[in-house]
Amino acid sequence: MFDWIQNIADYIVFDLLGMGSESHLSEALNFFIYDTVKIFLLLFVIIFLMGIVNSYFPIDKVRNFLSRNKLYGFEYLMASLFGVVTPFCSCSSIPLFIGFVKGGIPLGVTFAFLVTSPLVNEVAIGLFAGLFGLKITTIYVISGIVLGMVSGIILQKLKLERFLTPWVKDILTNAEKEQDKFISEKQKFTQRLPVIWNEVLKILKGVLPYVVIGIAVGGLMHGYIPEGFFEKYMSKDNLLAVPVSTLLAVPMYSNASGILPVVQVLVEKGIPLGTAIAFMMAVVGLSLPEAMLLKKVMSLKLIGIFFGVVTLCIIISGYLFNIIL
Amino acid sequence: MSKIVKILGTGCPKCMQTTAIVSDVVKENNIDATIEKVEDIMDIMKYNVMATPAVVINEEVVIKGRVPSKSELIEVLMG
Repeated sequence: MFDWIQNIADYIVFDLLGMGSESHLSEALNFFIYDTVKIFLLLFVIIFLMGIVNSYFPIDKVRNFLSRNKLYGFEYLMASLFGVVTPFCSCSSIPLFIGFVKGGIPLGVTFAFLVTSPLVNEVAIGLFAGLFGLKITTIYVISGIVLGMVSGIILQKLKLERFLTPWVKDILTNAEKEQDKFISEKQKFTQRLPVIWNEVLKILKGVLPYVVIGIAVGGLMHGYIPEGFFEKYMSKDNLLAVPVSTLLAVPMYSNASGILPVVQVLVEKGIPLGTAIAFMMAVVGLSLPEAMLLKKVMSLKLIGIFFGVVTLCIIISGYLFNIIL
Repeated sequence: MSKIVKILGTGCPKCMQTTAIVSDVVKENNIDATIEKVEDIMDIMKYNVMATPAVVINEEVVIKGRVPSKSELIEVLMG
């Protein structure tokens, strides 16, 4: 599917620049060109498709549906899927959170949404597809959804309502099942398209420097680090590898798009995939800026419990992947 | 009658962009309107929006969850 990009990269490096195919530098450069073009193509397609879904997605209707119907556990799946289609922008997380609480949706279900929303977003999917291929991307997306559900169910069992900030508790006690009417927007596709298009360009521009730097670093490592280099230190038998890499990853965020290309090379050089996936889930899904935002609605203790449970689930899934994959 | 335009947003880049576009449109078309930024999440939630940025004209939510285009702002502001 991407052979033509490889041909372009080969042409530029070997023919245009006249570099030999044996040197580390040419290999690194070839890899860099190939990866950059492929990843941006995939990012573009996925961000664009998600933009369209997003533009048409009836947030209010879904919320009202969740709040009105008894779903016998399905609400966790729905909230988690809901997190997949909501925008990348974390500043919408809080209004959505409150919207859920207001609609009388259980806290655990809201958490399921809150976990999946940053974890499975268009940029992460695009990068995964470009770097690891369809199979790993599917695994990542599905486990992201399951992770949201499981964390949500656990958090619901812990009965954490008392740790919400006072004004959110007020909203909770005044929660109403039926929400008042909302204006649904009736816009033609031709009216939506420019908005979606601008959004796509803006997201791409935002991640561009990180991704390019990440791929450049990855390209160098690809060319210079010998195959299987990390196997010695981070083999599957090393039980500490998963929790350590997960914990390292929690505070990283702004550069998630830069880290993923590097991780891909690490996997190539021998880091087990499960460990890598756990690391990336923690990078993408949990972040300090998000924790700061959540302070408006949750006590620090609740944020701690929330992050703790999610981190634990990520570590467990890391082990699971190392066993299965 | 002067219109009161409120921009709801917690201060994310998209919200700032919306504010800039709204003030541009108001200025360029000499619309009689006062622009207010609502950044407090508690105040934002009074409007029952679940996605920011949102634009409120005379207490009615007209746009939510995205950065509006100039032409549609002109439409809602002039109408």
